[in-house]
Amino acid sequence: MNHSVVVRTPNLGSIKAMRKLVDRFRLMITAGLLVTSCAFTARAQQTGSSIPSDVLIQPEELVRIVQSAKGPKPLMLQVGSNVLYAQAHIPGSEYAGAAANESGRQQLRKRVENLPRNKPIVIYCGCCPWSHCPNVNPAYQELRGMGFTNVRVLYIANNFGADWVDKGFPIAKGE
Amino acid sequence: MKNKVLLLAMIVALAVAGERATRDWAWVTVHGAKSAENRRLAPDFSLTDVSRHKLTLSSYRGKVILLDFWATWCDPCREEIPRFVELQNKYRDRGLQIIGISMDDTPEPVRDFYRQFKMNYPVALGNAKIGELYGGVLGLPIAFLIDREGRIYSKHIGAIEISVLENEIKALL
Repeated sequence: MNHSVVVRTPNLGSIKAMRKLVDRFRLMITAGLLVTSCAFTARAQQTGSSIPSDVLIQPEELVRIVQSAKGPKPLMLQVGSNVLYAQAHIPGSEYAGAAANESGRQQLRKRVENLPRNKPIVIYCGCCPWSHCPNVNPAYQELRGMGFTNVRVLYIANNFGADWVDKGFPIAKGE
Repeated sequence: MKNKVLLLAMIVALAVAGERATRDWAWVTVHGAKSAENRRLAPDFSLTDVSRHKLTLSSYRGKVILLDFWATWCDPCREEIPRFVELQNKYRDRGLQIIGISMDDTPEPVRDFYRQFKMNYPVALGNAKIGELYGGVLGLPIAFLIDREGRIYSKHIGAIEISVLENEIKALL
Protein backbone atom coordinates (compact mmCIF):
# COMPACT_ATOMS: atom_id res chain seq x y z
CA MET A 1 0.00 0.00 0.00
CA ASN A 2 1.37 3.30 -1.02
CA HIS A 3 0.67 6.18 1.24
CA SER A 4 1.35 9.54 -0.06
CA VAL A 5 1.83 11.96 2.74
CA VAL A 6 1.81 15.60 1.95
CA VAL A 7 3.50 17.66 4.55
CA ARG A 8 2.58 21.29 4.24
CA THR A 9 5.45 23.41 5.34
CA PRO A 10 5.18 27.16 5.47
CA ASN A 11 6.13 28.71 2.17
CA LEU A 12 8.82 31.13 3.16
CA GLY A 13 8.52 32.97 -0.14
CA SER A 14 4.85 33.83 0.38
CA ILE A 15 5.41 34.90 4.01
CA LYS A 16 8.08 37.31 2.84
CA ALA A 17 5.77 38.64 0.14
CA MET A 18 2.99 39.11 2.70
CA ARG A 19 5.32 40.98 5.07
CA LYS A 20 6.43 43.18 2.20
CA LEU A 21 2.80 43.95 1.37
CA VAL A 22 1.98 44.82 4.99
CA ASP A 23 5.05 47.07 5.19
CA ARG A 24 4.05 48.79 1.97
CA PHE A 25 0.50 49.33 3.23
CA ARG A 26 1.85 50.80 6.49
CA LEU A 27 4.06 53.13 4.49
CA MET A 28 1.11 54.25 2.38
CA ILE A 29 -1.05 55.03 5.43
CA THR A 30 1.79 56.91 7.15
CA ALA A 31 2.63 58.93 4.04
CA GLY A 32 -1.05 59.73 3.43
CA LEU A 33 -1.55 60.92 7.00
CA LEU A 34 1.64 62.96 6.81
CA VAL A 35 0.59 64.71 3.60
CA THR A 36 -2.90 65.40 5.00
CA SER A 37 -1.54 66.70 8.27
CA CYS A 38 1.00 68.96 6.50
CA ALA A 39 -1.76 70.39 4.29
CA PHE A 40 -3.94 71.19 7.31
CA THR A 41 -1.10 72.67 9.31
CA ALA A 42 -0.21 74.92 6.38
CA ARG A 43 -3.81 76.04 6.00
CA ALA A 44 -4.35 76.53 9.74
CA GLN A 45 -1.28 78.75 9.93
CA GLN A 46 -2.87 81.14 7.46
CA THR A 47 -6.38 81.22 8.92
CA GLY A 48 -8.15 82.25 12.09
CA SER A 49 -7.61 78.82 13.66
CA SER A 50 -4.04 79.63 14.69
CA ILE A 51 -4.92 82.78 16.65
CA PRO A 52 -4.59 82.22 20.43
CA SER A 53 -8.02 81.86 22.02
CA ASP A 54 -7.25 84.36 24.79
CA VAL A 55 -7.11 87.24 22.30
CA LEU A 56 -10.48 86.46 20.76
CA ILE A 57 -13.46 88.67 21.51
CA GLN A 58 -17.02 87.46 21.03
CA PRO A 59 -19.52 89.61 19.07
CA GLU A 60 -21.74 90.15 22.14
CA GLU A 61 -18.79 91.52 24.15
CA LEU A 62 -17.78 93.90 21.36
CA VAL A 63 -21.37 95.12 21.02
CA ARG A 64 -21.35 96.01 24.73
CA ILE A 65 -18.10 97.95 24.29
CA VAL A 66 -19.36 99.75 21.15
CA GLN A 67 -22.64 100.70 22.81
CA SER A 68 -21.19 101.63 26.19
CA ALA A 69 -21.00 105.33 26.96
CA LYS A 70 -18.09 104.74 29.33
CA GLY A 71 -14.43 104.30 28.63
CA PRO A 72 -12.30 104.74 25.53
CA LYS A 73 -13.22 102.69 22.50
CA PRO A 74 -10.66 100.44 20.85
CA LEU A 75 -9.56 101.17 17.32
CA MET A 76 -11.64 98.77 15.23
CA LEU A 77 -10.26 97.72 11.86
CA GLN A 78 -11.92 95.61 9.20
CA VAL A 79 -9.12 93.68 7.50
CA GLY A 80 -11.14 91.88 4.80
CA SER A 81 -12.99 92.88 1.68
CA ASN A 82 -13.79 96.52 0.90
CA VAL A 83 -16.94 95.45 -0.97
CA LEU A 84 -18.19 93.64 2.12
CA TYR A 85 -17.21 96.60 4.32
CA ALA A 86 -19.17 99.01 2.10
CA GLN A 87 -22.30 96.88 2.49
CA ALA A 88 -22.12 96.62 6.28
CA HIS A 89 -19.53 97.19 8.98
CA ILE A 90 -19.30 97.84 12.70
CA PRO A 91 -20.05 101.53 13.37
CA GLY A 92 -16.83 103.38 14.08
CA SER A 93 -14.65 100.75 12.45
CA GLU A 94 -12.34 101.56 9.56
CA TYR A 95 -11.40 99.63 6.47
CA ALA A 96 -7.71 98.71 6.69
CA GLY A 97 -7.11 96.51 3.63
CA ALA A 98 -7.43 92.78 2.97
CA ALA A 99 -4.55 91.40 5.04
CA ALA A 100 -4.27 88.25 2.94
CA ASN A 101 -2.46 90.41 0.38
CA GLU A 102 0.76 92.35 0.82
CA SER A 103 -0.95 95.54 -0.38
CA GLY A 104 -3.57 95.10 2.35
CA ARG A 105 -0.93 94.55 5.04
CA GLN A 106 0.88 97.65 3.81
CA GLN A 107 -2.35 99.64 4.21
CA LEU A 108 -2.74 98.24 7.73
CA ARG A 109 0.86 99.11 8.68
CA LYS A 110 0.38 102.64 7.39
CA ARG A 111 -2.79 103.08 9.46
CA VAL A 112 -1.23 102.04 12.75
CA GLU A 113 2.45 102.96 12.44
CA ASN A 114 2.19 106.14 14.50
CA LEU A 115 0.02 104.69 17.26
CA PRO A 116 1.33 103.87 20.74
CA ARG A 117 2.08 100.17 20.91
CA ASN A 118 -0.32 99.63 23.82
CA LYS A 119 -3.27 101.07 21.89
CA PRO A 120 -6.29 98.72 22.17
CA ILE A 121 -7.08 97.43 18.68
CA VAL A 122 -9.83 95.06 17.55
CA ILE A 123 -9.55 93.52 14.10
CA TYR A 124 -12.26 91.64 12.26
CA CYS A 125 -13.16 90.24 8.86
CA GLY A 126 -16.14 87.84 8.55
CA CYS A 127 -15.68 87.05 4.87
CA CYS A 128 -15.65 83.29 5.39
CA PRO A 129 -16.00 80.63 8.09
CA TRP A 130 -13.46 81.26 10.88
CA SER A 131 -11.14 78.39 10.03
CA HIS A 132 -10.97 79.57 6.41
CA CYS A 133 -10.64 83.32 6.86
CA PRO A 134 -7.41 84.28 5.07
CA ASN A 135 -7.28 87.79 6.53
CA VAL A 136 -7.50 87.83 10.34
CA ASN A 137 -4.36 85.85 11.12
CA PRO A 138 -2.03 87.76 8.77
CA ALA A 139 -3.40 91.02 10.24
CA TYR A 140 -2.93 89.76 13.80
CA GLN A 141 0.62 88.61 13.08
CA GLU A 142 1.43 91.92 11.38
CA LEU A 143 0.27 93.95 14.38
CA ARG A 144 2.05 91.67 16.86
CA GLY A 145 5.18 91.92 14.74
CA MET A 146 4.98 95.71 14.92
CA GLY A 147 4.95 95.45 18.70
CA PHE A 148 1.28 96.04 19.46
CA THR A 149 0.48 94.41 22.77
CA ASN A 150 -3.26 94.96 23.07
CA VAL A 151 -4.70 93.40 19.91
CA ARG A 152 -7.92 91.42 20.00
CA VAL A 153 -9.63 89.58 17.17
CA LEU A 154 -13.38 89.42 16.74
CA TYR A 155 -14.45 85.78 16.53
CA ILE A 156 -16.89 85.40 13.64
CA ALA A 157 -17.82 81.75 13.31
CA ASN A 158 -19.54 81.77 9.90
CA ASN A 159 -19.60 85.20 8.32
CA PHE A 160 -20.37 88.81 9.16
CA GLY A 161 -23.91 88.52 7.78
CA ALA A 162 -24.91 85.51 9.89
CA ASP A 163 -22.98 86.33 13.08
CA TRP A 164 -23.41 90.08 13.27
CA VAL A 165 -26.00 91.60 10.88
CA ASP A 166 -28.65 88.85 11.24
CA LYS A 167 -28.35 89.08 15.03
CA GLY A 168 -29.46 92.69 14.91
CA PHE A 169 -26.13 94.12 16.08
CA PRO A 170 -25.45 97.72 15.01
CA ILE A 171 -24.08 98.34 11.54
CA ALA A 172 -23.07 101.22 9.34
CA LYS A 173 -22.87 101.30 5.57
CA GLY A 174 -20.68 103.00 3.00
CA GLU A 175 -17.00 103.34 2.25
CA MET B 1 7.47 51.39 -11.29
CA LYS B 2 3.82 50.29 -11.31
CA ASN B 3 3.95 49.94 -7.53
CA LYS B 4 5.37 53.42 -7.13
CA VAL B 5 2.57 54.93 -9.22
CA LEU B 6 0.05 52.98 -7.14
CA LEU B 7 1.68 54.21 -3.92
CA LEU B 8 1.56 57.82 -5.12
CA ALA B 9 -2.08 57.47 -6.16
CA MET B 10 -2.97 56.04 -2.76
CA ILE B 11 -1.21 58.88 -0.94
CA VAL B 12 -3.03 61.51 -3.00
CA ALA B 13 -6.36 59.71 -2.49
CA LEU B 14 -5.80 59.56 1.27
CA ALA B 15 -4.88 63.22 1.41
CA VAL B 16 -7.97 64.25 -0.58
CA ALA B 17 -10.24 62.00 1.51
CA GLY B 18 -8.76 63.43 4.72
CA GLU B 19 -9.28 66.98 3.53
CA ARG B 20 -12.90 66.31 2.55
CA ALA B 21 -13.61 64.51 5.83
CA THR B 22 -12.40 67.41 7.91
CA ARG B 23 -14.18 70.20 6.05
CA ASP B 24 -15.85 72.22 8.74
CA TRP B 25 -17.97 74.60 6.75
CA ALA B 26 -21.56 73.95 5.91
CA TRP B 27 -24.03 75.62 3.64
CA VAL B 28 -27.53 76.90 4.20
CA THR B 29 -30.10 76.69 1.44
CA VAL B 30 -33.08 79.02 1.26
CA HIS B 31 -35.64 78.00 -1.34
CA GLY B 32 -37.95 80.42 -3.09
CA ALA B 33 -41.67 79.73 -3.47
CA LYS B 34 -42.58 76.31 -4.86
CA SER B 35 -44.77 77.74 -7.59
CA ALA B 36 -42.68 79.55 -10.17
CA GLU B 37 -44.96 82.59 -10.45
CA ASN B 38 -44.58 83.35 -6.72
CA ARG B 39 -40.80 83.40 -6.79
CA ARG B 40 -38.97 86.71 -6.43
CA LEU B 41 -37.60 88.17 -9.65
CA ALA B 42 -33.78 88.24 -9.61
CA PRO B 43 -32.69 91.90 -9.56
CA ASP B 44 -31.21 92.91 -12.89
CA PHE B 45 -27.74 94.41 -13.13
CA SER B 46 -25.24 95.42 -15.74
CA LEU B 47 -21.48 95.10 -15.21
CA THR B 48 -18.34 94.74 -17.30
CA ASP B 49 -16.81 91.27 -17.18
CA VAL B 50 -13.10 90.42 -16.94
CA SER B 51 -12.94 90.13 -20.74
CA ARG B 52 -14.31 93.70 -20.89
CA HIS B 53 -17.68 92.65 -22.32
CA LYS B 54 -20.97 93.99 -21.02
CA LEU B 55 -22.64 91.52 -18.67
CA THR B 56 -26.37 92.07 -18.16
CA LEU B 57 -28.34 89.51 -16.21
CA SER B 58 -31.60 90.00 -18.11
CA SER B 59 -29.89 89.21 -21.42
CA TYR B 60 -29.70 85.58 -20.24
CA ARG B 61 -33.49 85.32 -19.74
CA GLY B 62 -34.65 81.89 -20.95
CA LYS B 63 -31.63 80.13 -19.45
CA VAL B 64 -31.20 78.60 -16.02
CA ILE B 65 -28.65 80.81 -14.28
CA LEU B 66 -26.31 80.03 -11.43
CA LEU B 67 -25.20 83.39 -10.06
CA ASP B 68 -22.13 82.84 -7.89
CA PHE B 69 -20.75 85.51 -5.55
CA TRP B 70 -17.15 84.59 -4.72
CA ALA B 71 -13.62 85.95 -4.28
CA THR B 72 -10.19 84.74 -5.28
CA TRP B 73 -8.98 84.73 -1.65
CA CYS B 74 -11.94 82.69 -0.36
CA ASP B 75 -10.95 79.02 0.07
CA PRO B 76 -14.41 77.44 -0.14
CA CYS B 77 -15.14 79.60 -3.22
CA ARG B 78 -11.92 78.50 -4.92
CA GLU B 79 -12.73 74.86 -4.38
CA GLU B 80 -16.12 75.27 -6.04
CA ILE B 81 -14.82 76.85 -9.23
CA PRO B 82 -13.47 73.71 -10.99
CA ARG B 83 -16.79 71.99 -10.28
CA PHE B 84 -18.71 74.93 -11.71
CA VAL B 85 -16.53 74.76 -14.83
CA GLU B 86 -17.52 71.08 -15.17
CA LEU B 87 -21.20 71.89 -14.66
CA GLN B 88 -21.04 74.62 -17.30
CA ASN B 89 -19.53 72.18 -19.79
CA LYS B 90 -21.98 69.44 -18.95
CA TYR B 91 -25.20 71.46 -19.11
CA ARG B 92 -24.42 74.33 -21.46
CA ASP B 93 -26.36 72.77 -24.35
CA ARG B 94 -29.40 72.24 -22.15
CA GLY B 95 -29.48 75.91 -21.17
CA LEU B 96 -27.34 76.38 -18.06
CA GLN B 97 -25.46 79.66 -17.74
CA ILE B 98 -23.16 80.25 -14.79
CA ILE B 99 -22.25 83.85 -13.97
CA GLY B 100 -19.55 84.72 -11.45
CA ILE B 101 -19.51 87.95 -9.47
CA SER B 102 -16.18 88.42 -7.74
CA MET B 103 -16.13 90.47 -4.55
CA ASP B 104 -12.40 91.12 -4.83
CA ASP B 105 -11.34 94.74 -4.37
CA THR B 106 -9.35 94.87 -7.62
CA PRO B 107 -9.66 93.11 -11.02
CA GLU B 108 -6.04 91.87 -11.40
CA PRO B 109 -6.26 88.77 -9.16
CA VAL B 110 -9.62 87.91 -10.74
CA ARG B 111 -8.18 88.03 -14.26
CA ASP B 112 -5.23 85.86 -13.19
CA PHE B 113 -7.53 83.38 -11.49
CA TYR B 114 -9.87 83.32 -14.50
CA ARG B 115 -7.00 82.32 -16.77
CA GLN B 116 -5.39 79.91 -14.32
CA PHE B 117 -8.62 77.97 -13.67
CA LYS B 118 -9.73 78.14 -17.32
CA MET B 119 -13.11 79.51 -16.29
CA ASN B 120 -15.65 79.01 -19.08
CA TYR B 121 -18.35 81.43 -17.95
CA PRO B 122 -18.47 85.21 -17.57
CA VAL B 123 -17.07 86.77 -14.41
CA ALA B 124 -17.41 90.42 -13.41
CA LEU B 125 -16.17 92.42 -10.46
CA GLY B 126 -19.03 93.11 -8.07
CA ASN B 127 -19.69 96.06 -5.81
CA ALA B 128 -21.65 96.97 -2.70
CA LYS B 129 -24.67 98.01 -4.76
CA ILE B 130 -25.13 94.60 -6.36
CA GLY B 131 -24.51 92.96 -2.99
CA GLU B 132 -27.33 94.98 -1.49
CA LEU B 133 -29.62 94.25 -4.45
CA TYR B 134 -29.28 90.59 -3.53
CA GLY B 135 -30.03 91.10 0.15
CA GLY B 136 -26.43 91.68 1.27
CA VAL B 137 -23.50 89.51 0.31
CA LEU B 138 -21.85 89.49 3.72
CA GLY B 139 -20.04 86.20 3.58
CA LEU B 140 -18.76 84.07 0.75
CA PRO B 141 -19.58 82.08 -1.25
CA ILE B 142 -23.27 82.80 -1.92
CA ALA B 143 -24.96 81.35 -4.99
CA PHE B 144 -28.41 82.02 -6.42
CA LEU B 145 -30.11 79.58 -8.76
CA ILE B 146 -32.41 81.45 -11.14
CA ASP B 147 -35.07 79.78 -13.29
CA ARG B 148 -35.71 80.37 -16.99
CA GLU B 149 -38.20 83.15 -16.18
CA GLY B 150 -35.57 85.05 -14.22
CA ARG B 151 -36.95 84.19 -10.78
CA ILE B 152 -34.90 83.09 -7.79
CA TYR B 153 -35.36 79.36 -7.20
CA SER B 154 -32.86 79.01 -4.34
CA LYS B 155 -30.09 80.76 -2.45
CA HIS B 156 -27.11 78.82 -1.11
CA ILE B 157 -25.01 80.43 1.60
CA GLY B 158 -21.64 78.70 1.95
CA ALA B 159 -19.98 76.09 -0.24
CA ILE B 160 -22.69 73.74 -1.44
CA GLU B 161 -22.34 70.01 -2.04
CA ILE B 162 -22.16 69.87 -5.80
CA SER B 163 -24.53 66.91 -6.18
CA VAL B 164 -27.28 68.85 -4.39
CA LEU B 165 -26.77 71.80 -6.69
CA GLU B 166 -26.66 69.59 -9.78
CA ASN B 167 -30.01 68.01 -8.84
CA GLU B 168 -31.58 71.46 -8.52
CA ILE B 169 -30.14 72.50 -11.88
CA LYS B 170 -31.48 69.35 -13.56
CA ALA B 171 -34.91 70.00 -12.06
CA LEU B 172 -34.97 73.46 -13.66
CA LEU B 173 -33.52 72.53 -17.07
